[in-house]
Amino acid sequence: MKVWRYTLPLAFFLVVVAFLWRGLTLDPSRVPSPLIDKPAPAFQLPGLKNPDRKISSSDMLGRVWLLNVWGSWCVSCRAEHEVLVALAKSGAVPIVGLNWKDDRTAALAWLQQFGDPYIESAADTAGDVAINYGVYGAPETFIIDKHGTIRHKVIGPLTPERVETEVLPIVQKLEK
Amino acid sequence: MIPELGHYALILALCLALVLSVVPLVGAARGNVVLMGLARPVARVHFFLVAFAFGCLAFSFYVNDFSVANVANNSNSRLPDAYRLAATWGSHEGSLLLWVLMLSIWMFAVTVFSRNLPLDVCARVLAVMGIVSVGFLLFMLLTSNPFERLFPVPGEGNDLNPLLQDPGMVFHPPMLYMGYVGFSVAYAFAIAALLGGRLDATWARWSRPWTTAAWCFLTIGISLGSAWSYYVLGWGGWWFWDPVENASFMPWLAGTALIHSLAVTEKRGSFKSWTVLLAIVAFSLSLLGTFLVRSGVLTSVHSFATDPRRGVFILIFLALVIGGSLMLYAWRAPSVGLGARFSLLSRESMLLANNVVLGVALAAVALGTLYPLVVDALGLNKLSVGAPYFNAVFYPLMIPALILIGVGPITRWRSHFFLELWQKRRVALCLSILAALVFSSRHWSAWLVLGLFLAFWILITAADHIRTRVMLVPRPGLLNKFRANSRSFYGMHLAHIGVAIFIIGVTVVKCTEIETDTRLQIGASTVVGGYTFRFAGTREVPGPNYQALEGRIEVSRDGNAVAVLFPQKRKYLASGQVMTEAGIKNGLFRDLYVSLGEPIGQNAWAVRIYIKPFVMWIWGGCFVMAFGGLVALSDRRYRLRIRERRRLRGAASHAVGVPT
Repeated sequence: MKVWRYTLPLAFFLVVVAFLWRGLTLDPSRVPSPLIDKPAPAFQLPGLKNPDRKISSSDMLGRVWLLNVWGSWCVSCRAEHEVLVALAKSGAVPIVGLNWKDDRTAALAWLQQFGDPYIESAADTAGDVAINYGVYGAPETFIIDKHGTIRHKVIGPLTPERVETEVLPIVQKLEK
Repeated sequence: MIPELGHYALILALCLALVLSVVPLVGAARGNVVLMGLARPVARVHFFLVAFAFGCLAFSFYVNDFSVANVANNSNSRLPDAYRLAATWGSHEGSLLLWVLMLSIWMFAVTVFSRNLPLDVCARVLAVMGIVSVGFLLFMLLTSNPFERLFPVPGEGNDLNPLLQDPGMVFHPPMLYMGYVGFSVAYAFAIAALLGGRLDATWARWSRPWTTAAWCFLTIGISLGSAWSYYVLGWGGWWFWDPVENASFMPWLAGTALIHSLAVTEKRGSFKSWTVLLAIVAFSLSLLGTFLVRSGVLTSVHSFATDPRRGVFILIFLALVIGGSLMLYAWRAPSVGLGARFSLLSRESMLLANNVVLGVALAAVALGTLYPLVVDALGLNKLSVGAPYFNAVFYPLMIPALILIGVGPITRWRSHFFLELWQKRRVALCLSILAALVFSSRHWSAWLVLGLFLAFWILITAADHIRTRVMLVPRPGLLNKFRANSRSFYGMHLAHIGVAIFIIGVTVVKCTEIETDTRLQIGASTVVGGYTFRFAGTREVPGPNYQALEGRIEVSRDGNAVAVLFPQKRKYLASGQVMTEAGIKNGLFRDLYVSLGEPIGQNAWAVRIYIKPFVMWIWGGCFVMAFGGLVALSDRRYRLRIRERRRLRGAASHAVGVPT
């Protein structure tokens, strides 16, 4: 019995080490979206280019696609824009934009100036759809599969590296 | 050339540390005097080599040698000299070098003040510290070499993180590390005692002054860090329960408990195995703190860009050092036996209660700090534990500890009668309740009454105890009576008074501060807490490495000018980062604190205006605590030993006929 009392600190310490060891492989700043592996919230919004044509999340059923949240007011979106344009050009995956709390004229001018990687952007002027998607900052990019399920979320601007190592492998896996 | 010399010195220091961690231990095990005798000179040379390496790095910073990656990443030619020095330890690599430097300073100090120690104890202590040094030097040389060269050489450096460009940051890390690492001495004494199988009162006597010294540094270090966050972060807060703050606070709690339990072990021979465990725990927490900060397992404002290899290395090192120590403890401690018995009400039981409370508080802080990690590791969730948890758990835990401060020192060893304590303390109890009620009458709140009561309780009981002890001295003259008591007695009470001052600061700020965020037009004024703040305007002020927009805010009360505050928004040229520098008028009874938010339209700014009563008392209290420790360190029994030694040495030189 007595020996137990003196080995207790060691045992306790070993448990702490085990957790620290596990902790090393975790990234504390990564907050996963609770929506991962959940059906993408349905939406029906006016298109940015043609407000009369409604854009709906169900339009994309049967395809793997990206939903990219952006705004002409967002500096980081400007930073990732070239990457998106290149990705769209490669034809690897269709990208739908969610134009978040933006002014239509400014958004259109922006696309005019920097290029339009989106098959179409949905104008979420009030920001309701973004709330449903749990967006707390732009840019954010969701990867949605053929059945309309969110499979992955990229927070912050896409970089060529992130597209290469994060987005494309998932897209390719989902395509199969 | 200079950086290579520094690098070379580090490699040599590693070799010496290896020698130091093996040879004296072998010597002590075999009773070989020559091998044991090696410990002192090797430790000294080790110190000089590390100090030299540190000097090389500091010099590279001073001359803006951007070919050194560390300098290029953390300095800039426009960085003022003092911050260039501070930049030496502003990075991951540099702070590790500072860590090792501090360790080698403590080792050097052990070689100087250990002449009265038996040779085998001294050899073991230095060897244990040598092992720690090996780990850190290896870590530095393998994963984080501060002298790494950069090619091509950049023309200009990236500049030191602007957050660290503050006078507080020049002193905070060295003080903090001095304290952190200082616990390695008590730890080494504990391990030496376990190794030697002599766990008696003597090891407690030897390690007491070292523990107190380390604790003083740590107290100052933590309070400087806290003052820094108050000045620099612009929120007027002084403690955020950030993981890294907790990492420095946990060793402090353990160290405080250790100081108290060492007293019992020295005086009464009780708590022996517990005290050894505490010594191991205090240093382990220092190592754990280093791991938490350096590995990035927790999110914090202090995290540095991290490399997973580093985390793995420190963790393995941590597991070896702490795991090894605890194994040794599990093996050796059961044979120690229990000390003298004591009754339920005695000085021992009071100090035991102190240890229990501090231990529980420590566990609570550790739980809150590591909980997110544990939950994440189990794959349950992601969460963070914030100030509300710590406030709810920590403050109530402290109440019994603070009440004990008023009773513990007058309780006799072995046993005491409750009735006698009650008779001695009932007046103080009533007085402190009364004083608390009187002083909180203007801002009525339960927390204020409680906090002030605890503070007055400590102050009154300390004053009473000092008065009684002074009056008891059978000598004429107040000064003589006063001097007849030991300095450690005064040191203890000073430290406790520091705690009282600290509580006053914390409670009064918490309960009566005024915080307003307001929009101020240039030329307009607003009234906060009876003071009128007039926004007189802004102007551009050039700094050495930044461009500042400085607001001018004139403060008056009842028409009389009180102060002019100059809060700044600084834009650092090299990094483009914007920093908020609060304009503060310090005062003994209140601080006026103004910081500029964002400009709102033409000529108007969001301005934060805080009135923080007694906030300086928070840090004042910490300094008084540390000063108390210093006074205790200057106690006669420590000085006597030195004088005795001098006398003996003088006698020896007479004996051989050397002129003195």
